[in-house]
Amino acid sequence: MGEIHLMKGNEALAEASIRAGLDAYFGYPITPQSEILEYFSRELPKKGIAFVQAESEVASINMVYGAAGCGKRVMTSTSSPGFSLMMEGVSYIACAELPCVLVNVQRGGPGLGTIQPSQGDYFQAVKGGGHGDYHMIVLAPNSVQEMADMPSIGFELAEKYRIPVLILADGALGQMMEKVEFKEYPKKNIEQNWATVGKPEKRDANVITSLFIESEVMEQVNIKLQKKYEQITEEVEDCELYHADDAEVFIVAYGISSRLAKKAVDLSREKGVRAGLIRPKILWPFPTKVIQKYATQAKGFISLEMSAGQMIEDVKLSLDGSVKSKHYGRMGGMIPAPEDILKEIESML
Amino acid sequence: MSKVIERDGVQYEVIWEKPKGLKEKQMHYCPGCAHSTLEKLIMEVIGEKGLTENTIGVSPVGCSVFAYDYMDIDMQQAAHGRAAAVATGISRVFPDKLVFTIQGDGDLAAIGTAETIHACNRGENIVIFFVNNAIYGMTGGQMAPTTLEGQITSSSPHGRDVKLAGHPIKISELVAQLPGTCFVTRVAVNTPQNVKKTKAAIEKAFNNALDKKGTSLVELVGNCPSGWKMTPVNSYIWWEKNMIPMYPLGVIKDVDNN
Ligand SMILES: Cc1ncc(C[n+]2csc(CCOP(=O)(O)OP(=O)(O)O)c2C)c(N)n1
Ligand code: SF4
Ligand SMILES: [Mg+2]
Repeated sequence: MGEIHLMKGNEALAEASIRAGLDAYFGYPITPQSEILEYFSRELPKKGIAFVQAESEVASINMVYGAAGCGKRVMTSTSSPGFSLMMEGVSYIACAELPCVLVNVQRGGPGLGTIQPSQGDYFQAVKGGGHGDYHMIVLAPNSVQEMADMPSIGFELAEKYRIPVLILADGALGQMMEKVEFKEYPKKNIEQNWATVGKPEKRDANVITSLFIESEVMEQVNIKLQKKYEQITEEVEDCELYHADDAEVFIVAYGISSRLAKKAVDLSREKGVRAGLIRPKILWPFPTKVIQKYATQAKGFISLEMSAGQMIEDVKLSLDGSVKSKHYGRMGGMIPAPEDILKEIESML
Repeated sequence: MSKVIERDGVQYEVIWEKPKGLKEKQMHYCPGCAHSTLEKLIMEVIGEKGLTENTIGVSPVGCSVFAYDYMDIDMQQAAHGRAAAVATGISRVFPDKLVFTIQGDGDLAAIGTAETIHACNRGENIVIFFVNNAIYGMTGGQMAPTTLEGQITSSSPHGRDVKLAGHPIKISELVAQLPGTCFVTRVAVNTPQNVKKTKAAIEKAFNNALDKKGTSLVELVGNCPSGWKMTPVNSYIWWEKNMIPMYPLGVIKDVDNN
């Protein structure tokens, strides 16, 4: 068994990243993720690991580009407005196929919004956000323990597929304290012969670029990326199921709202209503097959999100009209109450 | 004794050879453009100093975006303006490598001003080559922050009006103020003498990086015959008559001589 600590989600994520073999971190302060930056500022220099508080999120993500292009384990973290600033860089990183782990501890938007937790950046995370046809693998922790587990999972996936991996957390997960156990994390074992490390005489120069000016070539680059995304869609899926076996109403929820959903499922079970939860731990690729499997027994699906309803689109696409579905949620940093979720469950019967 | 080669029975004295570090690819630069001279000189120095294996370059968005097609070293292509941030990322994980950027005036002095100033202010151990041709060459000759007062460009058709567009920005003087920079100099490649001085500046800047002295910025006052809508020869005249008086050549800061 590993060591057990009581920690904030943000700090657990930072500590676990160091244990997962982090080589460099670049970031810029923003609530509610600043503890990640602060933790690294304290710990990384002691260990001889690169740390820069950048002049902006634009600079952070481009520092990530440079260091990830050298084949290192690199991370940045931010919250919603900062993640918007990173979009150009993420698009470049996706096209240049650079492995890295990005963290968005979401807060309420749009605009400067609120520092309270939100899940309003789902579209930006799973549908692109930056320009062009690209994806990130998107991980969605729902506890301080998972804030600690996901950096290592993220680096492994990022290196295996040469893709940016986003940990999509929220202000509640970042700020709350829970018990966390640090495990032994696997070390990098994939050869990165594409990285810019200095060109030995006997090999061709390595180039990290996203520029392919001839349309024929750029189309091939896109086809290659899309094939990779298809492969990931086949191979990568992670869901937690709660009372799913006999459920007739399903809540689909990720991150902090999945914990409220669990509570609502318990409340409905007490009243004899067979509710269940499907919690995607990975949002892209979306667990379409899991949704489809349970659609055959369900009367309805509720997508519970702290947003105006974004993941509901993927739920509906997965259901393809076979079962009714709707969104329920609060916005602006407000948190849905389990009692209100229960009412929504009952309305589906 | 200079090298002599024989071709078809005729003896030639070698006065310049293509540096070994250049790939077998024809450069896309317009005839007379300063960009190509700079890249050849950089590769000459890297080759002569045996630094190929120890160097990582960063190309910008601008006419030198394809520098990696010519320079036979590991390179990264950065988003518009972000080369100094990308170079920071590289240099921080490879503190013993030689890391340099090549950037135009739009890239470095407009969209990338923040990244440039802050990399210099942190004293990142990198070399920044700043090709100032007073215009956005790649996008067809629009006004740049360094465009001269009254200069006609495709987006200042009546000449740069400093009341509307501000004055030409002097980046080298700006970054020379910062303690993080160890060497800031302005060079040109319009004459053989100036080419020699440029090569010496490149050597000096690379030595600074190898000695971990901080940021070196070498501003190449350049030309852009296409963007300026001039023949190469006329662009050389304009270069000397207008560009160099506005951006005077010479060392602006050198910590070794302070
Ligand atoms: C974000 C972004 N904005 C604008 C552009 C378009 N763009 C490409 S090159 C360039 C200007 C290049 O000028 P400069 O940096 O002076 O380089 P030069 O070609 O003159 O060497 C611009 C505006 C871009 N590629 N990306
Ligand atoms: S457009 Fe200007 S800067 Fe670009 S290659 Fe041609 S002359 Fe050089
Ligand atoms: Mg220019």
